[in-house]
Amino acid sequence: MSDVTLRKLVKRYGEVEVIHGVDLDISEGEFVVFVGPSGCGKSTLLRMIAGLEETTEGRISIGEHDVTRADPADRGVAMVFQTYALYPHMTVEENMGFGLKMTGHKKDEIREKVREASRILKLDDYLKRKPKALSGGQRQRVAIGRAIVRGPEVFLFDEPLSNLDAELRVDMRVEIARLHKEIGATMIYVTHDQVEAMTLADKIVVLRGGNIEQVGAPMDLYRDPDNRFVAGFIGSPSMNFLSGSVAEGGVLAPGLGDAPVATQAALPAPGTEVILGVRPQHLALAEGDSHAVDLVEKLGGVSYAYLVAATGDRLVVELDEDDAAPQSGTRVGLRAEPGRAMVFDAQSEKRLR
Amino acid sequence: MPAARQSPLNSFAAHAALIAYTLIALFPVFVIVINSFKSRQAIFREPLALPDAESFSLIGYQTVMKQGDFALYFQNSLIVTLASLFFILLFGAMAAFALSEYRFRGNLLMGLYLALGIMIPIRIGTVAILQMMVATGLVNTLWALILVYTAQGLPLAVFILSEFMRQVSDDLKNAGRIDGLSEYRIFFRLVVPLVRPALATVAVFNMIPIWNDLWFPLILAPAEEVKTLTLGSQVFIGQFVTDWNAVLSALSLAILPVLVLYVIFSRQLIRGLTSGAVK
Repeated sequence: MSDVTLRKLVKRYGEVEVIHGVDLDISEGEFVVFVGPSGCGKSTLLRMIAGLEETTEGRISIGEHDVTRADPADRGVAMVFQTYALYPHMTVEENMGFGLKMTGHKKDEIREKVREASRILKLDDYLKRKPKALSGGQRQRVAIGRAIVRGPEVFLFDEPLSNLDAELRVDMRVEIARLHKEIGATMIYVTHDQVEAMTLADKIVVLRGGNIEQVGAPMDLYRDPDNRFVAGFIGSPSMNFLSGSVAEGGVLAPGLGDAPVATQAALPAPGTEVILGVRPQHLALAEGDSHAVDLVEKLGGVSYAYLVAATGDRLVVELDEDDAAPQSGTRVGLRAEPGRAMVFDAQSEKRLR
Repeated sequence: MPAARQSPLNSFAAHAALIAYTLIALFPVFVIVINSFKSRQAIFREPLALPDAESFSLIGYQTVMKQGDFALYFQNSLIVTLASLFFILLFGAMAAFALSEYRFRGNLLMGLYLALGIMIPIRIGTVAILQMMVATGLVNTLWALILVYTAQGLPLAVFILSEFMRQVSDDLKNAGRIDGLSEYRIFFRLVVPLVRPALATVAVFNMIPIWNDLWFPLILAPAEEVKTLTLGSQVFIGQFVTDWNAVLSALSLAILPVLVLYVIFSRQLIRGLTSGAVK
């Protein structure tokens, strides 16, 4: 059993509390991604699971064992670091086998495990090289190989792709997904990139300021966010937020137009201040001159039009390949797809369902 | 590459300056070595001439070998220098690792306290040191010198090494921790190999002053059986008569071991610098 359970985890640095009582259940074989803006405590949380940061309060268990006070090496975890953290004075082979060598495994056994990992990661040609003679992607593969060789119950990834260039990042992302399928171990992955989170995760944990905002499958978070923060964080480009008020038959948002927007949410009494959230792909250009076009980004398949409303609200609209892209500087009208808009409470920013 | 590097004129000027400096620096050594192979009259007649068939003489080396126990002096100097360097590097690196790696109360104060030794010359405390050595019965032992030189070298060693240790990536040490390495293993297997160039620098810095020192051997260990080479050579320098052949021969011989040590350390230095960074 290698499920991971966090109970009321608290981390303090002196007086400052950075993790405020986190509860989380991760089941065996799950790929969980911690995501959030920088400083949200996602790396700290991962390092607490790894045992590199002391846990101030609460309990961490991996499988049956309470590992809250255990040494990193005794937790059955392996970690892949953002900076690769390869031992520079050892060859690829030695790097991968070092952990086993230090824990007193037999040479034949180490060699066999290294061979197996290098086969999975296609590193066979590089085993005799030193890390400095490898490219970024190869180095990260070696770092992953070092983790595999130890045969851990839980893999921890701390922003492993952040140091790679965009193209390589996509390749490695696919590779990590493939690895998870092949090994089937529990994996916990920290990133600030919501694309990585959406594509890799079985379960996303959105963190903000040391608290869990929401936990769920990627598409559940996307379709059904609990609050404004999660709605804005998941999805690219992010959701448009407009202040509005409840009116007859929907929400009236002056930044979107004069007509009330129909929603499926249970709305409070008319006149209440709310926040309206509309994803860029649920908006479309229309006849009219309510919005000025600030800029248009053409990405090939889709284009994004950045609009400014008369109220000063800024909106992003996704345009299809076939739509005629407006010129920047011109004025356009806007139409929201009915029923797709989300409504959030103006004070608590909780979603009104 | 900057344009300045490509210009042959600049390159020539730079080399000329370096060659000139090298010549100036090596000249005294050269004079000592050539004169050690000449007879006494030849040394004073033409100090700058190379030894020829007429002036060539090994009388200086013969005197050195006959008089006094120079093999023993050599051995003493070598033991004192190597042991001091070993302790300076070992304890200096360990202290530097602790100061740079662990957060504990008084970390900064401890660092400042250790750095204080850089500013205060150890010779100021000579009288107190002598009293201590007398009290502990270490006078006229090599340990007296080793301990003093270790104390003398540690502050700068800690200062330089802790700066280098801070540059060793935290992720690397954490990777070691997850791989199940103890803190000592992390220190000896991961950190020390990475700061080898800094260790070599510290070794070179400390080696020559220790080898050449006359002050502490004279005060703490003047007995015949623990004399160092520098102190041993002093027998040839008299108040009224100085045996120049012997002095020059002894000095020429004294250069050799340091030269060998320097070559060893500088190889480490170069190898360390080219062995690649963390990322």
